Amino acid sequence: MEEHSNQKLNLASKRHNPIPELWWFFAVAACVKLLLIPSYHSTDFEVHRHWLALTNSLPLSQWYFDETSPWTLDYPPFFAYFERFLSVFANIIDPQIVDLQKGLNYNSNTVVYFQRVTVIVSDLCLVYGVFRLSRNLDSLRRKSIWVLIIWSPMLVIVDHLHFQYNGFLLGVLLISLSYLEEGNDLMGGFVFAVLLCFKHLFAVAAPVFFVYLLRHYCWGGGFLRVFKRLSAMGAVVVAVFLAAYGPFVYYGQIQQVISRMFPFGRGLCHAYWAPNFWVFYIILDKGLAFLLRRLGFNIQAPAASFTGGLVGDSSPFAVLPRVTPFTTFIMVLVALSPCLIKAWRDPQPGKITRWVAYAYMCGFLFGWHVHEKASLHFVIPLAIVAVQSMDGARHYFLLSIGFSAIFESGVSVKKASLENKRDDQPELKTRTAAQKIGFSIGRVEKNYLVGIIVVEIWGRFLHPLVFGDKFPFIPLMFISIYCTIGIMYSWIWQLKWIVRCVGS
Amino acid sequence: MPPMAHKELKRKTEKINEGKDVNGDDGWFWIVHKGIGAAFISIAVFGFLVRLAVSVHPYSGAGTPPKYGDFEAQRHWMEITLHLPIKDWYTNTSSNDLSYWGLDYPPLTAYQSYFHGLFLRFFLPESVALFSSRGHESYFGKLLMRWTVLSSDALMFFPAVFYFVFVYHAGRKNSHKSEIAWHIAMILLNPCLILIDHGHFQYNCISLGLTVGAIASVLSNNDLTACFLFSLALNHKQMSAYFAPAFFSHLLGKCLRRPNPLLEVLKLGIVVLGTFSLIWWPYIDSKEAFLQVLSRLAPFERGIYEDYVANFWCTTSVLIKWKRLFTTPTLKLLSLAATISTCLPSMVQQIWDPSKQGFLYGLLNSAFSFYLFSFQVHEKSILLPLLPASLLAIEEPFLHNWMTLSALFSMFPLLVRDKLVLPYIALLALFSLLNHAAPIRSRGTTGTNSLRSFVTSFFLLCALILHAVYFTMPAPDRYPFLYEALIMLLCFAQFVSLAVYTNAKQWMLLKRPILVQKEKKLL
Repeated sequence: MEEHSNQKLNLASKRHNPIPELWWFFAVAACVKLLLIPSYHSTDFEVHRHWLALTNSLPLSQWYFDETSPWTLDYPPFFAYFERFLSVFANIIDPQIVDLQKGLNYNSNTVVYFQRVTVIVSDLCLVYGVFRLSRNLDSLRRKSIWVLIIWSPMLVIVDHLHFQYNGFLLGVLLISLSYLEEGNDLMGGFVFAVLLCFKHLFAVAAPVFFVYLLRHYCWGGGFLRVFKRLSAMGAVVVAVFLAAYGPFVYYGQIQQVISRMFPFGRGLCHAYWAPNFWVFYIILDKGLAFLLRRLGFNIQAPAASFTGGLVGDSSPFAVLPRVTPFTTFIMVLVALSPCLIKAWRDPQPGKITRWVAYAYMCGFLFGWHVHEKASLHFVIPLAIVAVQSMDGARHYFLLSIGFSAIFESGVSVKKASLENKRDDQPELKTRTAAQKIGFSIGRVEKNYLVGIIVVEIWGRFLHPLVFGDKFPFIPLMFISIYCTIGIMYSWIWQLKWIVRCVGS
Repeated sequence: MPPMAHKELKRKTEKINEGKDVNGDDGWFWIVHKGIGAAFISIAVFGFLVRLAVSVHPYSGAGTPPKYGDFEAQRHWMEITLHLPIKDWYTNTSSNDLSYWGLDYPPLTAYQSYFHGLFLRFFLPESVALFSSRGHESYFGKLLMRWTVLSSDALMFFPAVFYFVFVYHAGRKNSHKSEIAWHIAMILLNPCLILIDHGHFQYNCISLGLTVGAIASVLSNNDLTACFLFSLALNHKQMSAYFAPAFFSHLLGKCLRRPNPLLEVLKLGIVVLGTFSLIWWPYIDSKEAFLQVLSRLAPFERGIYEDYVANFWCTTSVLIKWKRLFTTPTLKLLSLAATISTCLPSMVQQIWDPSKQGFLYGLLNSAFSFYLFSFQVHEKSILLPLLPASLLAIEEPFLHNWMTLSALFSMFPLLVRDKLVLPYIALLALFSLLNHAAPIRSRGTTGTNSLRSFVTSFFLLCALILHAVYFTMPAPDRYPFLYEALIMLLCFAQFVSLAVYTNAKQWMLLKRPILVQKEKKLL
């Protein structure tokens, strides 16, 4: 493997410089993103605008206390610093954007253009991450990765329609992975620590990073070496966290920051059912309740719902035991354990991307209050894996289509059709792009994809015709269940892959 | 790594190397290696995505009562055709006020409006209600209207382009796969057409799609189909007549070479007349009705030019006040004479020696002479000469690139009025990027010509400065349209030089067969 990649390196260096081509891919994507500027954006747009105002007009000590708007700051400090940095330019362009009071729900052209452009520009981080990860590959694979990630329809929908900075954050993740793949563990750990201080949701993969770094970087070679390396890594990580949280520790606000970042008051599922394991659990509960009621038991209908954003203290389950955040935490750890064991036994740089993707997938399947957007965390790294093997490509294809469908459905609840009809298109774009990599999908997968189209058509056209406005949740539920099946399938496949390939 | 995966990897790398040997690493490999059909579908889907994204932007006359713009005109036609009897569509009645966006396109447009009106009525009846819907603007209404254009584009223009590319490259001996893909992208992602149809709001995709279909039919020697399709195009937009001299001369030249010329011409004539009479059926039973429709199609009362169009009459009017010097009938004759005399050379060439390549140049030349010299030209009419130029993109990459840029530039004031500056910039960038990624063989090889590079960079610099000035400085009070006039002047200069070049090029085709024959003899 090592030899192989060396050969590739030589070949690649002989050929022409890939950087202009990479710019080309980025620029084409940027053109499409520019066209999408006036299209629909979610409340996340106002969230980020408010954070610009908040970080610009308040002193650091009040950032995590402010309650001017319901959209309080709930990202770690580095992201707040990032918003502070952006707010400097926002202030130059239009001071109303960063006005704490007058800026509320400000929706003029300047703010839309400014915020959209910041997302487009911050995608450069993603491009750099992709470049680092793919520079040693041959031309075709390199281009496949570029197409899959830089032109990723999921990213376009979530970042450039819905509005978030996932491209930027995933770019940081990819940079970290690229350092690990190169064997530069210290830098990899450093960048990952930085990422955690940008968005704490990425912490799901922290166990994998921890075990891998401990074993691959620190372990072996006598006590002194272990100690030296351990303290080096520790110092780097602590320094990063100190840079992020230090000021808040100084003001004695760390508790407030933590409570903002981890709102466990929310329900098990997000308002739009993320297609994870808990969907099955909920359905099982409903089914059992129905059955038992038929059998004559007195089952009380639960007072709280799963889909509501905020859930009170009452259990939403009628029959099955209640799920607590702690249960989900244990479940994630259990699901992760095969991967952790592998990483401990045989820490290979070539496999870290796959492990990390798997970890995010576990977090997505079993986590607490998972948002469907969290699927980006594993679909994008999987794109890297996808070009390494046929099977990987097949699963990537499956997942990305599945998720495009979910985003679309999630988005369509909130808005009328011009925008979301458009959402179908990038989906097709990747599809055709994926076809170009040259793999054939199996029968199961083909049927699955046909099924998705059926479910979509049902939700979009047939359901309103048959039921009218009644049962608006049914199409969403179908999509969510259907995607869960696909994801579980893919998850089991990945688990199998990780368990199977031991030491080759 | 398990042995299976290893084998797979090896096989793949082999495959890749194979691909390299055949294709060279020209940046298009990843899109074409599954064949042209797949490449066409993916490019078409991308083109569709771009069109969808553009249609999110405002349309012409959005929120500007009382007349609004082309969007309202098209919507109004749907309203009229839906509610009035077919005989009254073109006449001024109490319920059809012709001064408010009266129907002034041929009957096929009216039929198309009728069908689209049915579509709109199904979903949103108030958007096409008689009288009460005037100036109707709603989110859903815009969505439906946009989808009528999008669907027409996908159903007419895209298949026609596929047909053309298929026929055209079957006729060329050494077309490279990546060249074909690039060619498709150049035709489908033409920024001007996308901006006018999906931004400004028009249905050029239908008439141009029919024309492309007709051109492809000519190239595949289905002359009767070509006549049928081109008659349809003429009946959708009278502007399609820009191409008529080329079709006429090429088909005539072809017929003359057959054993029985008269019969051939007769056959074509019958097809044309048959198509026309079918479409004009409701209006040909009385002379008045027929003349009424005809008078609507030729709005001579609007004068020889409007606004700032980069054609001969408008540009020279800076020096010669045509409208003051001559009466409208004289100007009509003058413009007719100028148009015919300028497209005569290309017609003669095609009658003399009809060839497929010459036909494409002929289309370009006749459309150019109409654009430059005919009566009442819109800035949007540049789409017509642009179409054959994009069909010729493989042979004339430089011409195509240059022409697209200047055409886009000539529409700039219009797009500013429509608030389409953002898509203008994005599509211009996209076009330049795609053009930059052209397969090596299609890149302008004669770019080393120092005079040409000097002239092009001069024009580009002027355009750049004008853009900057347009946005930053208001025009002086004495000359409120100074910048528009300057843009017009610059574009006119470019169009004229391009027209001279393409005319010369078409005549040079005559020499080529002799050369080829000589080469064959030598071999």
